[in-house]
Amino acid sequence: MLLVVEQFLNGLQFGLLLFLLAAGLTLVFGIMDLVNLAHGSLYMMGAYFAATFAAWTGSFLLGALLALSATLVLGIVLEMSALRHLYGRDHLDHVLATFGLILFFNEAVRLIWGPAGLALPLPAWLTVPVPILPGIHYPAYRLAIIIVALLVALLLYLGVMRTRIGMLIRAGASNREMIGALGINIKLLYTLVFGLGAALAGLAGLMQAPILTVQIGMGENILILAFVIIVIGGIGSIRGAFLAAIFVGMIDTLGRAFLPNLLRQVLSGAAASTAAPALSSMLIYLLMAIVLVVRPEGLFPANRR
Amino acid sequence: MKTFSVSKAVTAVMLAGLVLLPLYSYLSGNIFILTLFTRIVILALAAASLNLIMGFGGMMSFGHAAYLGIGGYAVGMLAQEGVGSGFIQFPVALAASAIYALVIGALSLRTRGVYFIMITLAFAQMAYYVASGLARYGGDDGLTVYKRSDFSGLINLSNRTQFYYLCLACLFGVIFLIWRIVNSRFGLVVQGLRSNEQRMQAIGFPAKRYQLVCFVISGTMCGLAGALLANNTDFVSPAVMYWTRSGDLMVMVILGGMGTLFGPVMGAVVYLLLEEFLSQITEYWALIMGPLLLLIVLFGRGGIMGLLGRLNRG
Repeated sequence: MLLVVEQFLNGLQFGLLLFLLAAGLTLVFGIMDLVNLAHGSLYMMGAYFAATFAAWTGSFLLGALLALSATLVLGIVLEMSALRHLYGRDHLDHVLATFGLILFFNEAVRLIWGPAGLALPLPAWLTVPVPILPGIHYPAYRLAIIIVALLVALLLYLGVMRTRIGMLIRAGASNREMIGALGINIKLLYTLVFGLGAALAGLAGLMQAPILTVQIGMGENILILAFVIIVIGGIGSIRGAFLAAIFVGMIDTLGRAFLPNLLRQVLSGAAASTAAPALSSMLIYLLMAIVLVVRPEGLFPANRR
Repeated sequence: MKTFSVSKAVTAVMLAGLVLLPLYSYLSGNIFILTLFTRIVILALAAASLNLIMGFGGMMSFGHAAYLGIGGYAVGMLAQEGVGSGFIQFPVALAASAIYALVIGALSLRTRGVYFIMITLAFAQMAYYVASGLARYGGDDGLTVYKRSDFSGLINLSNRTQFYYLCLACLFGVIFLIWRIVNSRFGLVVQGLRSNEQRMQAIGFPAKRYQLVCFVISGTMCGLAGALLANNTDFVSPAVMYWTRSGDLMVMVILGGMGTLFGPVMGAVVYLLLEEFLSQITEYWALIMGPLLLLIVLFGRGGIMGLLGRLNRG
C-alpha cells in the first residue's frame, strides 16, 4: 500500500515535469510551427544554471530563480539570433538546424563545466519526509515539485485562456497573417512565446536536477519522451499535453516499479529479470503505437485550421 | 543529354577516387585512410538508403540508425551463438531489418509530417532501449564480434582491401538498385505521392501500400549497412542506434543533396571527412559542427549537388 501510494505520487511528479517540457514544445510548435529539438538543451541548461547559481549564492531558491531567468534570456537570445530565420521553412530544416544546436550546446557545456556531471544539493528543509496520509510519508522536495508544476500548469491555463496576451497567442496559432494584419507585433509575440517555452523547459530541468545528476545529454532522453507525449496528446494542444504527460509519467514509473514483480509471477525468475527492464522501457512506446492505431491525430488534437 | 555538367564531373571524380583509394593507401602506406573510408562507404550506403524514402519518397524518417543496430546485432548475436557463416548472418540481418521496417512503417505511415518524424524517432529510441536491456548480449556495453562473417573462401572480410571493395560493391549495388527503383513505375508512383498524395489516391493508387513497400526496401538496405558496420568495427553496441546517429544520416543526405542519386554519398564523404578534420584540430569539434549545420540549413539549399548544379548554370 505504502509502495503503491509512493510510486503513484512519483508517477504524478514525473508526469508533471514532463508536462512542463511538453507544454513549451507544443506551444512553440502550435504557434510558430517550429519543431525545436534543442528544447531538451534548454532543459539541460536550466539544470546547469541552477547548479552553478546555487553554488555561487549558497541558496537553492535564489539559484533556481536566477537559473529560471537565465534560461528565459537564453531562449530569447536563441530565438532572435537563430531560430527566427527558420519560421516558415520546411520542418526538415527545423530538425537539422536544431540538431546542430544540440551538438553546439552539448559541446559548449562540456567546454565550460567539464565532462563530469554536477550535483545540486537540496537545502535541509526540502529533504524531510512529509506525512501525507496517516502513516505514509513522502519526500518534501518531490511534493514541492508536484505543487509547483500544478501551479504553473494552472497559471499557464489562465494565462492562455484568460489574458490579452493569451488571446493573442491563441489568435496567432489559428491565423498568423490575420493577426499581423490587425497590427499586432507578431515578431515580439513569437519571441515572447519562445522565451516562455524556454523558461518552462528550464524550470523542468532545474527541478529535476536535485533528483538526478546534472549531466550532458540529460535533455535528450527526456525530449524524446516529450515528443511521445505531444504525439499522444495531439500536437499543439496544451490540454492534450497535460493529460498525456500525466498518463506517460504514471505508466513509465508504475511500469518500472511493478512490472518485474508481475512478470515474475508469470515467467521463471531468470526470464522475468531479463525481460522486465526491456519491456518496461518499451511500455510507453507500445502505448504510443496503440494510440496511433486508434487515433492517428492524437487523443486531443488542437482545432484544425 | 547534356554534354558536360559540373555535378557529373565532380561525381565521377569522387567515384574514381573511391575505387582507387586502396591503391593510394597501398602506395603511401597509409592504412588509416583505408579504415576511415571503409566507414565512410558503409555510412554512405546507409545515407543512400535513407535518401530513397526521404529524398524520393518524402518520408522524413528520423529513426534510420535503428537498422544499423538491427543489422549489426543480427551479425553480433549470431556470431556469439556460434553461427559464423556470412551466408546466414547477412540474410538474417536483412530479414530482421525488413520485418522491423514493416512493423514500424505500418504504424508510422498512419501519420505524416512532423508526427512521422517524431514517431520514427521514438521507435528507434525504443530499439535503443531494448538493445540496452539485452543483458546476454552485453547490454549497455555492447557486444564484441570476435570473428568477422565467414564467406567460406569466397571473400575474406578480415582482409582490409577485400572488405573495402565488398563495402564499395554493396554501395554501388544499392545505388544501382535505387536508380532502377526511382525510374520504375513503382518509383514514379512513390515520387508522385511525395508531390501530391491526394491526387495520387484520387487516380486510384493505394498510397500507404506503395509508401510502406518503399519504407521496407530502404530499411532492408540500411540493415545491410548495419551488418557491414558491425564487421568493420568488430563491435556493436546500442550507441549505433542512438538518435544522434539518425541525425547524422539525415545531415549527410541533406548536405549532399536530397533526392539525387549520388548526393548522399557526397554528403557522407564530406560530413565524415569534416568531422575527422575538425576533431584533429580541436577536441570540441561539435562546437564548430553545430553552428555549421545551422548555416548549411539556412543558406545551402539543395546541398552540394544543388550548389554544383548552380555553378553549372551560372
